[in-house]
Amino acid sequence: MTRRRLYDFAHARAGDKGDTSSVAVFVDDPADYPALKAGLTPERVKSAFPDLIRGEVVRYELDGLHGVNLVMRSALEGGVNSSLNLDSHGKSWSFLILGLDVEA
Amino acid sequence: MIRIGCGAGFSADRLGPACDLVEHGRLDVIIFECVGERTLAFGHRDRLADPQKGYNAQLERRMRKILPLCRRHGTRLVTNMGAANPRAAAAATLRIARELGLSGLRVAFVEGDEVTDRLGPETPLWEGGTIRDVGLQLVGANAYIGSDALLPALEAGADVVIAGRVADPALVVAPLRHHYGWAEDDWQRLGAGTLAGHLLECGMQITGGYFADPGRKEVPRLAQCGFPIAEIDSEGGLVITKLAEAGGCVTARTVKEQLLYEVHDPARYITPDVVADFSRVGVDEVGPDRIRLSGGGGRERPADLKVTVGFDGGVLAEAGISYAGPNAGARARLARDVLEERLREVVGNEAPLRLDLIGVSSLHGTALPEATGGEDLSDARDVRVRAALRTTDRDKAETVLWEVESLLCCGPAGGGGYRGQITPSVVTYSASIARAAVPTRFHMEVA
Repeated sequence: MTRRRLYDFAHARAGDKGDTSSVAVFVDDPADYPALKAGLTPERVKSAFPDLIRGEVVRYELDGLHGVNLVMRSALEGGVNSSLNLDSHGKSWSFLILGLDVEA
Repeated sequence: MIRIGCGAGFSADRLGPACDLVEHGRLDVIIFECVGERTLAFGHRDRLADPQKGYNAQLERRMRKILPLCRRHGTRLVTNMGAANPRAAAAATLRIARELGLSGLRVAFVEGDEVTDRLGPETPLWEGGTIRDVGLQLVGANAYIGSDALLPALEAGADVVIAGRVADPALVVAPLRHHYGWAEDDWQRLGAGTLAGHLLECGMQITGGYFADPGRKEVPRLAQCGFPIAEIDSEGGLVITKLAEAGGCVTARTVKEQLLYEVHDPARYITPDVVADFSRVGVDEVGPDRIRLSGGGGRERPADLKVTVGFDGGVLAEAGISYAGPNAGARARLARDVLEERLREVVGNEAPLRLDLIGVSSLHGTALPEATGGEDLSDARDVRVRAALRTTDRDKAETVLWEVESLLCCGPAGGGGYRGQITPSVVTYSASIARAAVPTRFHMEVA
């Protein structure tokens, strides 16, 4: 097992619906997909950002596209309605996730 | 084969590349997707202030440029630029068409999505509680209507169809149903068409926008990025591409990122037309900037429609001041501490006041030991202190600006670059309504 930074083998895009952030993460090389699935678990994401994610984290797997979709509830400080964060949509969440190291 | 382009993916999107698309794209239809939950609520505010407003602020500028091109190339235009006032948007469009001498242009608008008068204080909200519990002034509520609402206008021969809160993918599904005669319960094809609509609806987010990361994900000529084109066959088979001469790129990676954008469960993407299934979609590069998608499908549409309920959220006050050079981080933190002490006396301990150090910890806070090392000020050389408060009390908003500006003379050494602004704020929630309670209709007028 080695620790690898997601940014070094994956790309991602963030979107928002209300107070829920969704981040889709895809590997560049299909050979890395098992490592992504094994390393980027909902538990891993939730425990990495305990103060930011106050709700559950659900993961959907897209084996055909070699990606996972992370749905993080109560993760946007109330969402675009009430968040006072400059990035009230959480557009920068994609790179927050890509900054994580995973065991792979 | 039908060719549908997207000329706007949000309310403030660029216009030039949309004109290029109609000029050179051999399009049957161009869509302009310009409504979000918050833009709609702002539209209601605008209409309350002036009954002739409430539609997209760039509608006149867009129509003036795009209508002559659409006429010349036989391209039909389908849009939600009507926002909170499709009737006034159509009137403005007809005025422009007549000024430009486009006689015979058929302009239709669709109404019925506004359901403000069908909600009450006891209406439950998805987020919990009721409308009464929100405690703010309701400005307007709209149901997400689907392709059913747009189709009759297309069948009647409209060249321009202007709607309000139509679901984004329906802007594409309606012309597909019109062109191919798909039935309203052909869930498989409606799902495939919804896939096309979902991929187009954010404009350049599939042609290289919201994607570039220098050294890692390169996008050619990003400054001249083009809008997307979808070529869709009678079964819903789909190729996404762009104009060869435009900047940007369409690759498996740009398409995959957009496929899941703002999607939760990929097997259940819920729209008024269908519950679309993107979970088995395949993405293949079939040529330069040409991506073929297969495997989109769907299941029966939901019984109820989603409603966006908009409220007047008061104002957002924001102000900032900057510190640079040696020990900038510590001076900025001292400025923040001064603001915390003085503003809390005014707004109270419970008020949603936020104080940021931009350049250090503004976006992700201090709660990220792994990613950022927490609030590390030692390397900070250019730090901006930001204060933000959302309030319905104008006086408190003014006080936020005044306190930050006062730091010029009363705060830490070397503070400069004060700016402050107070902007209107809206708040939106979601509710459900029975489909049968939302009848829609269209009106068409010839220029």
